Amino acid sequence: MDLAYTEKQQAFRAEIRSWLAANIPASPLQSFDTAEGFAQHRQWEAKLNEGHWGMVTWPQAFGGRGCDLIDWLIFEEEYYRVRAPLRVNQNGIFLLGPTLMEYGTAEQKARILPKMACGEEVWAQGWSEPNAGSDMAAIRARADLKGDSYVINGQKIWSTRAVWADWLFGMFRTDPDSERHRGLTFILVPLDTPGITVRPIPQLDGLPGFAEVFFDDVEVAVENRLGDEGAGWQVAMATAGFERGLMLRSPARFQETARRLVELYKANSGSADRDPGVRDAVIRAYIDAESYCLATYQTACRLGQGGKIGAESSTNKIFWSELDQDMHATAMSILGARAELLPHAPEAVGVGTWLDGWLFSQSGPIYAGTNEIQRNIIAERMLGMPR
Amino acid sequence: MDFTFSEDQLLFQSSVREFLVGEVTPQRIRASWERDDGRDPDLWQQLTELGLVGLTVPEAFGGLAMNELDFVLLAQECGYVALSEPLVHTALVAVPMLRELGGELAATWLPRIAAGESKVLVGLQQNLVVEDAHVADLLLLQQGDALYALTQDDIELRFNESVDPSRRLYAVTIRPGAEPIARGERAAQLAAAALDRGALGCAAQALGLAQRMVDLAVSYSKDRQQFGKPIGTFQAVKHLMANVAVRLEYARAPVHRAAYSIARGDGVAPRAVSQAKLLACEAANLAAKHSIQVHGAMGYTWEVDLHIFMKKAWALANTWGDAGFHKARVADYIFSEGAQLGAGATFAGASA
Repeated sequence: MDLAYTEKQQAFRAEIRSWLAANIPASPLQSFDTAEGFAQHRQWEAKLNEGHWGMVTWPQAFGGRGCDLIDWLIFEEEYYRVRAPLRVNQNGIFLLGPTLMEYGTAEQKARILPKMACGEEVWAQGWSEPNAGSDMAAIRARADLKGDSYVINGQKIWSTRAVWADWLFGMFRTDPDSERHRGLTFILVPLDTPGITVRPIPQLDGLPGFAEVFFDDVEVAVENRLGDEGAGWQVAMATAGFERGLMLRSPARFQETARRLVELYKANSGSADRDPGVRDAVIRAYIDAESYCLATYQTACRLGQGGKIGAESSTNKIFWSELDQDMHATAMSILGARAELLPHAPEAVGVGTWLDGWLFSQSGPIYAGTNEIQRNIIAERMLGMPR
Repeated sequence: MDFTFSEDQLLFQSSVREFLVGEVTPQRIRASWERDDGRDPDLWQQLTELGLVGLTVPEAFGGLAMNELDFVLLAQECGYVALSEPLVHTALVAVPMLRELGGELAATWLPRIAAGESKVLVGLQQNLVVEDAHVADLLLLQQGDALYALTQDDIELRFNESVDPSRRLYAVTIRPGAEPIARGERAAQLAAAALDRGALGCAAQALGLAQRMVDLAVSYSKDRQQFGKPIGTFQAVKHLMANVAVRLEYARAPVHRAAYSIARGDGVAPRAVSQAKLLACEAANLAAKHSIQVHGAMGYTWEVDLHIFMKKAWALANTWGDAGFHKARVADYIFSEGAQLGAGATFAGASA
């Protein structure tokens, strides 16, 4: 065990730190759930890619730097430290990317990954359906193979980023007689294909962060299938599960929230301390964010040495999503009567972006498999409790 | 950056686990409760022969010269079986204090510890009472601003019964005439280091205790049938145990980090220990709370083994610094000017 960074790791940190200092947008971008903000974020992705920072863990051939997971954590720490823009293509680079690395053909990787890395093609998700949420195996949207194409009919919902994205990835039922996990296929769909209707759904903040997507005889070339026909479930549940989770929500994000929470508390401690629970919650936020970081580094080091990840990775999502909710709830308590005010309200002095974060934190325990489903997985697969 | 244990360390852990699970059974623990001194000399002999008692004793004095990081995984295993013998106390607290004191005290007592001939225990003001003072051949006791090295002739003991029948606790009075071995700053430093090591020992044992309680409750949930099926099939029961698993999963790395910091003597150690103890003891307390619930009325009995582990977890949570002490240490740091917080700060003080 050696918990000091190597010289190479320190040099890597210095490199990304100075690049960010020189290139970060002068003022925060607009939300990527607006047309203008989406375009700004797409530009930012292109800029990141110019510096080969789009996805440092990817091979150089696809626009990355071939970095290991520790470098990834360092990159994220520097990125969140300066509050660089959120990643508009996170569905692509964090979720689909690792799956493509594992299941994509050489042709698919070469065709898709470079355009993903530079933000030229932004990706949306197509998992849930109106009757297939937590119970994802209830998917009914169909893809029927006709000649060299799949013909897709059905509906997806809660498709994050689908309003302005270029592509969608998701699971479709290719065997009409199949049930549950069998007969599903992972297909990549260009969102400008005729027959697709995207209906924006405003989220808690009023902006269309997700959408319903309707498929009416949508023809997609068979080359856009990822993995084998009927193997969609296995592809979706790929062993890259942990890495995807780690990439989607690395510790840096929560450590920065905890740091800002300490600052907010110190600036308002006179009023905040009237509720003695607030101080305790701030201390708790720091401790938990630290322990998320420590546990992540420990797992990343173990994986780097060839270790395998097990069902314990399901604890990850519960931990960070509930931590995030708790931290923002504490911030709301500290802000008191100002907490409900939108940032542009005249009396909203010193409210920062806490309200936005509070709204978003409500989604954490729901998306990517509700925390109740995660708890079932932990109980059954990690602890071995009966189904 | 390498936050993993070596293959040797992991192999040692698994062989110690195998030994402890085989030898330190709940029956043997219950048998030791019936003895006057509550201790099991045969077991101490076995632990000595395995090299565990002298694990942190320098080679020159007959030990294995290992450090806190080598021992932390073993301390977890001691927790898993709720070991009553003062092994963690010896290896993590008493031996390092003797090493630090050096001179004749170290030269006299360290070989005896490694040979299993003598027990040396440490008593701190932070702890109301002293663990196992009745079996101490030498007691290193902090009192006032001084530290004493005392034999049974120098002290009077008043027994304090614990909720955990395995723990034998004593209030210690020093008879007139004893001379301190250290005073003032030196005594305070020795005691502070001992407190951190004792707290690390509690944290590591708490991880093991939590895991044991989870294992017991999960096992019970598979056997116990209600409404025609195992109670472990009910989500309400599953989620109780899943919540423990989550807290336990995120308590481990902080304990390992604290052990690393103590072994390297870096400045981060005090607050790393406090975070580790808070997290590990909370996980163990949650494991106790949910495991007794899963056991139902059986969990509330003397007969079912769960309480062996539950009571030790409760006790460890508030000894070697209670939760308030450790939380205050973390708070003092994070609210101080110049605290390094946020992304990238976690390993800032780690020495290579």
